[in-house]
Amino acid sequence: MAESFQFELVSPERLLVSEKVESVVIPGSEGEMTVMANHAPVMTTIKPGVVTVKPASGAEERYVVFGGFADILPTGCTLLAESAVSVKDFDRADIARRIEAAKAELAAHTDHGARTKAEEFLHQLTTLEGIVVPA
Amino acid sequence: MPSLKALRNRIASVKATQKITKAMQMVAASKLRRAQAAAEAARPYAARMNAVLANLAGPMQGKDDAPPLLAGTGRDQTHLLVVCTAERGLCGAFNSSIARLARDHAAKLMAEGKDVKILCVGKKGYDALRRIYAKQILEVVDLRAVKRLAFSDADAIGAKVRALFEEGQFDVATVFYSEFRSVISQVPTALQLIPAQIPEADEAPGGGAGIYEYEADEESILADLLPRNLSVQIFRALLENAASEMGAKMTAMDSATRNAGDMINKLTLNYNRSRQAQITKELIEIISGAEAL
Repeated sequence: MAESFQFELVSPERLLVSEKVESVVIPGSEGEMTVMANHAPVMTTIKPGVVTVKPASGAEERYVVFGGFADILPTGCTLLAESAVSVKDFDRADIARRIEAAKAELAAHTDHGARTKAEEFLHQLTTLEGIVVPA
Repeated sequence: MPSLKALRNRIASVKATQKITKAMQMVAASKLRRAQAAAEAARPYAARMNAVLANLAGPMQGKDDAPPLLAGTGRDQTHLLVVCTAERGLCGAFNSSIARLARDHAAKLMAEGKDVKILCVGKKGYDALRRIYAKQILEVVDLRAVKRLAFSDADAIGAKVRALFEEGQFDVATVFYSEFRSVISQVPTALQLIPAQIPEADEAPGGGAGIYEYEADEESILADLLPRNLSVQIFRALLENAASEMGAKMTAMDSATRNAGDMINKLTLNYNRSRQAQITKELIEIISGAEAL
């Protein structure tokens, strides 16, 4: 049995998770990372993706997050998500709408830097759709 | 002395009004519970955000290359006042006290020779301010269609403020809202948004800011964080406002109901008195008529 640590997932609207967990998989902007107890302090931004939480007891749970950042300390981990929902309650129409918005944004930008950014964001969203929607 | 029928009508109409205010009070009470729960649910996020920001921004302060959202433009000539009020009235002094605070602030700034621009969130604030500052009001954000306040609503306002800031439309932004203390006490408050006010960094448990590792470097995290913090602050202000509005409405409607009750009592007393007077008068007429015979 691995050591457990305190994990919190908060969105601006509410506190979604606050419990002892064994490990958490976070979709960091520089790549996915698994956080376990006694992790070195890291602060990272996150991209749209799925957070997998493995509680100290009970079944694994998955949450869809759209951007935000994570604050990791040896004693705990706090994930501040811009918007977060459990995969179970996830609404397909919502992601379709976000993709549409991202496409519109891409079309609206003309300068190169902003286009690359928007394109990347769109790509992340479509990947996320691929993961979540058939489930 | 009004006629008996007129008094009866008055009483009936006051009773009808009392029923309405009573219903409004109960609606406000249930909405208040919801608004309070929403405000409380949003607190952890804001608290964590503050803690992270404090860790991150502390070392950046005073540096030349600090992001403008944090450091400001270096001037304080043009001020943007974001005035958050309710969309509806009938909530006591709630709207007017926020508007008054904003007006005082604007008057003070203008007396110092500064420029003032206003962004109104909510119709009532606009109504109160447009008479004096019609030309300085940049925009009015209407939240009437919003049933349940979501972060995206606040984010839209935040995006507007950021866009204006990037255009160089203002140097300092302050948001005006009413802080919810309790059902009977709401305090109009001014909060500076830009340059961001950084809370005092408290040493994080398990190590200070120094040994943090940053994925995506510090500056880009901060650049990502500051706009979000702006939206979070606005979101918090709106939630506090929603709870305050309902609290104020509840108290206002409660006293309106009580006033109506007093009025009904007085009118009923009057009514009974004049009814008695009329009966007495009729009796006197009959008796004196009989005596004359």
